[in-house]
Amino acid sequence: MHRREGLAKLTGRERYVDDLALDGCLWGATVRSPAPRGRITAIRFGPDVDWSQFVIVDHRDLPGPNEVLLIERDQPVLAAGYVRHVHEPVLLLAHPSREVVRRAVRAVEVVVAPDPAVLDFRTPPRAEQIQYGPDNVMKRLRIEKGDVERALARAPVVVEGVYQTGAQEHVYLETQGMAAWLEGDVLVVTGSLQCPYYVLAALKHALGRDETRVRVIQAATGGGFGGKEEFPSHIALHAALLALEAGRPVKLVYDRGEDMAATTKRHPARIRHRTGVARDGRLLAQDIEVVLDGGAYVTLSPVVLSRAIIHAAGPYACEHVRIDGRAVFTNAVPFGAFRGFGAPQTQFANERHMDVVARTLALDPAELRRINLIRDGDTTATGQVIRDGADRVAVLQRALEVSNYRVRREEHAAFNARHRFRRRGMGLATFFHGAGFTGGGEVRLESRAQVAGLPDGRVEVRTANVEMGQGTLTAFAQIVAARLGLSPDEVLIAPADTTRVPNSGPTVASRTVMVVGRLLELAADDLRRRLGLDAAATGERVVAAIRDRGRGHGREIVGEASYRPPPGVAWDDGAYRGDAYGAFAWAAYVAEVEVDLRTWATRVTDFVAVQEVGRVLNPTLARGQVQGGVAQGIGWALMEECQWKDGAMANARLTNYIIPTADDLPPIRVEFLEHPYPHGAQGAKGIGELPIDGPAPAVVNAVAAATGTDPRDIPLTPERLMALAC
Amino acid sequence: MLIAFTLNGAPVSFEIDPAERLLDVLRYRLGLTGTKEGCGEGECGACTVYLDDLPVNACLVLAWQVRGRRVGTVEAIDPAILGPLLEHGATQCGACTPGVVMTACWIRRHVEVLETHTLRELLAGNLCRCTGYDGIVEGVAGMIREAERGAREA
Repeated sequence: MHRREGLAKLTGRERYVDDLALDGCLWGATVRSPAPRGRITAIRFGPDVDWSQFVIVDHRDLPGPNEVLLIERDQPVLAAGYVRHVHEPVLLLAHPSREVVRRAVRAVEVVVAPDPAVLDFRTPPRAEQIQYGPDNVMKRLRIEKGDVERALARAPVVVEGVYQTGAQEHVYLETQGMAAWLEGDVLVVTGSLQCPYYVLAALKHALGRDETRVRVIQAATGGGFGGKEEFPSHIALHAALLALEAGRPVKLVYDRGEDMAATTKRHPARIRHRTGVARDGRLLAQDIEVVLDGGAYVTLSPVVLSRAIIHAAGPYACEHVRIDGRAVFTNAVPFGAFRGFGAPQTQFANERHMDVVARTLALDPAELRRINLIRDGDTTATGQVIRDGADRVAVLQRALEVSNYRVRREEHAAFNARHRFRRRGMGLATFFHGAGFTGGGEVRLESRAQVAGLPDGRVEVRTANVEMGQGTLTAFAQIVAARLGLSPDEVLIAPADTTRVPNSGPTVASRTVMVVGRLLELAADDLRRRLGLDAAATGERVVAAIRDRGRGHGREIVGEASYRPPPGVAWDDGAYRGDAYGAFAWAAYVAEVEVDLRTWATRVTDFVAVQEVGRVLNPTLARGQVQGGVAQGIGWALMEECQWKDGAMANARLTNYIIPTADDLPPIRVEFLEHPYPHGAQGAKGIGELPIDGPAPAVVNAVAAATGTDPRDIPLTPERLMALAC
Repeated sequence: MLIAFTLNGAPVSFEIDPAERLLDVLRYRLGLTGTKEGCGEGECGACTVYLDDLPVNACLVLAWQVRGRRVGTVEAIDPAILGPLLEHGATQCGACTPGVVMTACWIRRHVEVLETHTLRELLAGNLCRCTGYDGIVEGVAGMIREAERGAREA
């Protein structure tokens, strides 16, 4: 089935927030902090602007608490006298002209008396830099399995390594944007977002409104990748404050520079490994330390850290594992959700380290992985017994076959021996990704989804999960149509409007198809029950029953389902032990690269992505998720570098923050092995994040193989690679 | 200042501020919001339009520069030729898509450029963050095949 809204997108008819025509609309803009930390001593309005024409809002205009509701309440909507990072919002302006308001921002001077800022998360803070708890640590988490110290002491070989990953900018092609207006007493907010109910909760909290006076509607969303998980609450609050003050609609849309400089990014990380191995390659002990740069506010860092450590030991069976994680406060622009959510960082380190271990033992990297991959009955680092029937070794074997791994490696050796300045190499990574919220998270979300029978005989899907490019609309229509024996055209999808859809949880964590799709199957079953039909009733019988019910009173009939955890899933949040996720997806990726020793530029010349993601519902959409994730992962590995200067991103533009073009990438060859997961829609597991976990280690391992260098940090830019080699 | 030009085949004229970008005139004055702003500095190609039948970034063209010239936007593209893009998954979030479509349709009409350039080279001016480009490259190749088939049959 083709993407439902595909033609609207191809022809430019799809309406994103900046495409909406709003009568009497003002344009909003944000005045931000110039300094990473300090007290605001003055705000000066330039003399050349007629400020009487502007709507101006600061923290004193908030009707409720000056807090952006999330895990903690530490982040203000607008700075109140003190700033903790460069680009922190201080003041909001609105004016009928977009150009005038953008120019006016530059005419406002925020004067800051600086305090000592923390600008490097790897260095222990001095006393005067402490700003969070006793030591600037936002969150500590530990996983312990077996007795690591004892196992390390006995291990014949111990291999150590330190790995670092940089910040990554989402670069969704549509920048962040929101519009807000009043309809009577109801504040309406619409825009680019992943989680309508997160935005609703933030608006209710800081504006002191209950849900009868706030309504959030998702507009077409041009990419999210996690960047539109928590950040839209900020910009929604800003647009809302301006609209309330102005009494007119306000549109607040960032340009690319503001979006890149001032919004969240992937957490930078430093990861230390100490691994005990037997001479035959068996992993005996994994001692791992994970440190994340949390930035200036907590945002989602504690849960990013959680996913980071749970994935840090990789998809391997090892009896003795200790993973210490901490997220530390710095005065950087806050880091936040980004596809993979901590797992790409730790699995880069783990998979790069596996190659270092293999080299130490003089083993083939593929063989080292084959020996250690989890078999059914083995446990993960948290002690979760894996018994899903998926064949992880077969996934690896298939990736080696498709990439022609052994033959190509020999060809590369011959090529490298004779070519003056080109070097070729292969690298691989085996990895996993848990879908859905961690541990008891899905239970706490209390997600609800509905399938309504409409009087005309069609059905309508009602969830808060949004289309942002990944194919939610198409997948949901397919799932419900299949369940009720209808054509997908007979299935409508309600807009993600908090007055129309129940809270089915956020559109994050690879949970949409697996978790919410499954809820829709159960809601469809509930609809059938309410229609008085037996479980075998499909197609015309369902349509006829819906019409019968609607006839006369013109009423709809609503089937609903609420989340129940799969049986036997147990998680201990205190000990950090147990079933971290209902299901894991498994993958093996192989990259082939060519490095030019004159420029030290790396080109990825082939990429093979084999994964087991349960049943594939829509091959085109699934393949697109993998190829897009791989491209984003290759960018992170080789070229995407946030350069920092005094706490600000110095290259906040697409001219010098480089993402891959069509010409920078080879065709990405995708294969699926399908082993249905009984608790996901039609047997599906989560797929969206898995593909960003593997490309970076596969590519860097390939560069290491090609050049004989031992890179530990990404992005592995030509400059960094040259410094290693020369 | 008053400018007049041809937009999607029809003459238009109106008053503009000399500093206005063609992109803003199209989007905010004329309501042709199919043309998207991705970066505002000519890197991403989301705002690709035709100026005298050549693809340009509308964010880098000042409106006065199009006086007396022909401007074409995605709104004038025939949806009937876009099937292969849909089929191959060339669009996901859709924000880069109108720009990709403009480049794709231009290549389709000028297939001789494929004698000197690869499709990937020709598409390198349109950044996409969702697809990894395979869906786009295959979709454009499909459009070209369909056009050639159409030409043979006609």
